[in-house]
Amino acid sequence: MFSLDLFLNALVAGVLLGGFYAAVSLGISIAFGLLDVVNIGHPIFVILGSYAAFVLNDAYGLDPLLSGVLFAPVFFLIGVVVYQVYYLSFERKGESPLRGLVFFFGLLFIIEVALLLKFGVDYRLIEAPYIGRSIHIGEVGIAFRLLVPCVVGLLMTLAITQFLSRTFYGRAIKGVAQDSLALRLMGIDPVRIKTIAFGLGIATASVAGALLIMISPVEPSIGRAYIGRVFAIAVLGGLGSIGGTLTAALILGIAESLTATFSGPSWSLAVSFGILLLVLAVRPAGLFGR
Amino acid sequence: MQARWLLALAGVLIVGAFVVTRTVDNRYVYFAAYGILQYVLLATAWNILGGYTGYVNFGTGAFFALGAYTSVFLIQAVQAPLVVLIVAGGLVSGLLGFGIGYLTLRLRGVFFSIATLALAVVLETMMVNWEYVGGAKGISIIRPSAGPLFTNYVQLLFVVMAALAMGAVAVAWFIEHSRIGRGFATIRDNEEAAECMGVPTLRLKLLATTVSGCLMGIAGAPFPYYITFVEPVSAFNLSYAVNSLAMPMVGGTTSWVGPIIGAVLLGTLQQLATVTISSELNLLIVGVVLVAFVVLAPEGILGLLRRGTRRTRA
Amino acid sequence: MGEPLLRVENVVKRFGGFQALGGVSLEVQPGERFGLIGPNGSGKTTLINCISGTLRNDEGRIFFRGQDITALPAHRRTWRGIARTFQIPRPFGTMTVLENLRVTLEYAARERARAGDPAVEAMEILAGVGLDPKAGAISGLLTQIEMRKLELARAMAAKPALLISDEAMAGLSSSEVDELLEILLRLNAAGTTVIMIEHIMRAVMRFSERIAVLDAGEKIAEGPPDKVVSDRAVERAYLGE
Repeated sequence: MFSLDLFLNALVAGVLLGGFYAAVSLGISIAFGLLDVVNIGHPIFVILGSYAAFVLNDAYGLDPLLSGVLFAPVFFLIGVVVYQVYYLSFERKGESPLRGLVFFFGLLFIIEVALLLKFGVDYRLIEAPYIGRSIHIGEVGIAFRLLVPCVVGLLMTLAITQFLSRTFYGRAIKGVAQDSLALRLMGIDPVRIKTIAFGLGIATASVAGALLIMISPVEPSIGRAYIGRVFAIAVLGGLGSIGGTLTAALILGIAESLTATFSGPSWSLAVSFGILLLVLAVRPAGLFGR
Repeated sequence: MQARWLLALAGVLIVGAFVVTRTVDNRYVYFAAYGILQYVLLATAWNILGGYTGYVNFGTGAFFALGAYTSVFLIQAVQAPLVVLIVAGGLVSGLLGFGIGYLTLRLRGVFFSIATLALAVVLETMMVNWEYVGGAKGISIIRPSAGPLFTNYVQLLFVVMAALAMGAVAVAWFIEHSRIGRGFATIRDNEEAAECMGVPTLRLKLLATTVSGCLMGIAGAPFPYYITFVEPVSAFNLSYAVNSLAMPMVGGTTSWVGPIIGAVLLGTLQQLATVTISSELNLLIVGVVLVAFVVLAPEGILGLLRRGTRRTRA
Repeated sequence: MGEPLLRVENVVKRFGGFQALGGVSLEVQPGERFGLIGPNGSGKTTLINCISGTLRNDEGRIFFRGQDITALPAHRRTWRGIARTFQIPRPFGTMTVLENLRVTLEYAARERARAGDPAVEAMEILAGVGLDPKAGAISGLLTQIEMRKLELARAMAAKPALLISDEAMAGLSSSEVDELLEILLRLNAAGTTVIMIEHIMRAVMRFSERIAVLDAGEKIAEGPPDKVVSDRAVERAYLGE
């Protein structure tokens, strides 16, 4: 039965989910879109962020958002190391990017199994005063556990776009994809720029992970469910366009929420995959691509 | 000439496998051997696409499980015999390979890889939702009688898997030594140059995804009888995807021998290790070995051997 | 004059907002030695990418032997008799030199020019460019000049009616340039039409019977070498004003 209330609730939940998806996809948009480094392991770094938030919350009752921000520099350093290995082993040798894919896949697998060994298959969740609360506007309920991730996701997206367009390093990152020779002529080392950018992408995963565990309990293997999502969003948004990523994240969030409401939650995963295949088949440059 | 010898050797090995079932009685041996042979088949199948053309498939689990679930469906529906299951599993997964290839192979190779990665998750979702084949709870499969030649069904499965693995290796061997295999190699080396030298790259890539997917489906087809209880988590296990690409990477991807070396090494290691350490730790080792080889020895054991002989000769 | 071997009609190619070719037309006659020159970024390589099928042109049409090949993928154009070399050599790096040629013979020449054993034929072509001692070497490990020769030899193995050579001589010594010129002249004498893209003026002038000049995606001059060099527009394009 179709009801308007149900529809409105699903729509609002979808928009909120979309803001969160934008946060999860940011790292992919930077790495894949701007640097042409296809980090398929990105979602596992998000899960890692979730577990970091979980550990601090469990032990000290720390707010997940706070641990997300606290861990961001650590994640940045992890990103720096990962990119250095990737660069030295694959990019510098001009190796086919496909071997690099295997490298990231291996990382994804190792981290997933390591988390499994440490924490087991149990779902983990966190406690914070605002989780579980909600506000109501008419018939539409807005849960804080969705609202907070959405707002933070949007703020982070905004911050990244500002960083990319207004700062020296940001503009260099945008330039590195198009013309690394020009950068070199300006006396900037493209590898250094790419290292910083990749680290930044992984740092966003720390925050995104904290948001994820706010929305739903987490176990190690759910990272893989996000691979289809983040790439569907990155491709749909047009690679490298942060604004496009946000729009695509909203589209996917709404589509999944409507599917979950009207066909059952277990089908919502298939939506992202359907969108991914459709975009690849019809318009690979994405909605906002050149 | 070499082809005839290899075929003869394969025949001898299959007969040998059969003879073994007359003499050895320990059921665990067959169970373990089946597992290793299944990996020979999966790794060889993966390598036909991944090693020969350079296109990386992360969805081995999806193709394998689709073969297994095709069997479950046919057993449920019509009690189809094993031969029919194998043919059907191969067809369905081959078709899936063709479909995914057709949709994504006009684009850069990474898109194909991403699609295969997402594919596994989606197919798993579909099986979880499909009650007829067991849904999330899974389904018990009752083995038919082993027939007059074997004392139990696991022995029969062992001989069948030996034959299938051998068949897959034969397919890989023939591809590698044919015009098609040389065409595959040009795609791996430089796809744009390959097109300009008259190689119909899209058609060859589609052939590779289809054959590779088909063989993975064949590997999954006998799985329900082997495991006797099929549920999505084990059928779509990520370890299939990781192992089937780690094994060729470890052995060496440019030759049919590589996947066999890798499957026997990693497969045996895992069979032994599951007895002594936890299966998670086991998988962690496979992951670390994979990354170590990709980074440090991208040409695998075969590449290391070749470099070794070159050095001693020089 | 009879029917041209290659006819390029009003070909336009854009990359995003940038127009790399702005409606280029030209004709190449059977057996001709045709030179294509122009400053860096003038669209020479884009044009031959469009002719060989590596890129699709956005507007205009391309005819080969009178047939429209605009919509054909690169390999089908090769089957019909167009072969090219790449400016930066792109050998099949894990294969030996001989295998590079053999696989090309197997795929490109196909029924059009099926002769004997591809391995024997490949050796003959290699001998023709002086690369036969290197037949067993892994192609990814060759020297610059050897790679250039391999590029040419591999294109020749496609048994083309039209061979397009994209800056085969950049960075080579003058004796090496002469060596490659010799190979191309011999190939042309045997009946193959050749389009040569080159920066080394001495080579193009000596080789070509007719030259077209591209500048900023437009054809600004065409004619016999001596006429083209003295053309005002060409001078302006090269020297700037």
